[in-house]
Amino acid sequence: MKIKVLTAVSAALIGSAGLALADPDEDQLVINGDLEIVTEAAAPDHLSDVMDTIYSGWRFRSDETQELEMDDFDNPGMIFVDQAMDSWASAEGSEGKSCASCHGDDPSESMAGVRAVYPKWNADAGEVRTLAMQINDCRENQMGADAYKYDSAPMAAMEALIAVQSRGMPVNVAIGGPAAETWEQGKALYYTRTGQLELSCANCHEDNYGNNIRSDHLSQGQINGFPTYRLKNAKLNTVHGRFKGCVRDTRAETYSPGSPEFVALELYVASRGNGLSVEGPSVRN
Amino acid sequence: MASGVKPRVKVPKSASAGEDIVIKTLISHPMESGQRKDSSGNKIPRSIINRFTCDFNGENVIDVTLEPAISTNPYFEFVAKVPEAGEFKFTWYDDDGSVYEEAKSIAVS
Repeated sequence: MKIKVLTAVSAALIGSAGLALADPDEDQLVINGDLEIVTEAAAPDHLSDVMDTIYSGWRFRSDETQELEMDDFDNPGMIFVDQAMDSWASAEGSEGKSCASCHGDDPSESMAGVRAVYPKWNADAGEVRTLAMQINDCRENQMGADAYKYDSAPMAAMEALIAVQSRGMPVNVAIGGPAAETWEQGKALYYTRTGQLELSCANCHEDNYGNNIRSDHLSQGQINGFPTYRLKNAKLNTVHGRFKGCVRDTRAETYSPGSPEFVALELYVASRGNGLSVEGPSVRN
Repeated sequence: MASGVKPRVKVPKSASAGEDIVIKTLISHPMESGQRKDSSGNKIPRSIINRFTCDFNGENVIDVTLEPAISTNPYFEFVAKVPEAGEFKFTWYDDDGSVYEEAKSIAVS
């Protein structure tokens, strides 16, 4: 009898320890001592059946990694923002234009709020466009320059420069109207199992966030913090680069960065984070 | 020849006399170790920052020797005592002979 009681107690202990590990932590993210970032919000309506609260990936990281994002000097991603600022002002291509020629010398005015609403329906093109697609449209059609490779370092840096101008603003991508078809496609991809491991995005990031997958503490897979500086590869990572890594880890052939499938998935995943603050460039492990 | 090298430092604008202040420095640099090979098997030559110094009003604060195992974008954070108003001077020495400098003034209140 006594043994049974002991077993029950230890089972309860193990259970509670597991729960403590499963939760995101309670830390608050304030950047540079004055910019408050929303890392926890009520889930958007379209997620009401599956979760109540959405969390930024920041809340799932260790204190040491979290600290790196709390001061721009410590955030290694800001190095790339500086690099992109140089690109912003330098003319390239046959038209002799730079980003600054049209958008002004100071991106904090022209680019404020942009990252928060992308991917976004482009009526002229009749398609949903990501920030990267829009950057390349500018480069090819306005500047007469070569497009950046979709998930390349200069593209990630330019995305970071644009993202940082919206830091602290709530993600608010539109999913209705003309974007609805793409959004539905993205949703279908999110719930489709792929690869030899037969895992969908949802298996890890909806059913098991907070749990450990080997040594990794699974987050909700929110993309409000992209582009993300990852300690594992010491560079900025784009959303599509990360998607590719995730799909590869299910042991599947992946879609290409910039493919229509990943654009649709980006729209859907971004919409799951509606309400969280734009954080890019964030720091993750 | 390393490209995209850019030094950054963070020093408080003012301090009280004799106060210990925290200084943060970072230089963006690839820190190529010399141990790696490229896709065709050729050795990639070493290219690192090999020395970093900080002086305050001509007096040395720290002098650091960097080795090839230090990773990209080396970051130093250290504490210095500020006896009087003056200027911190930071110098990074590159393997290729380049010298990068940065200076920050601090007032004493």
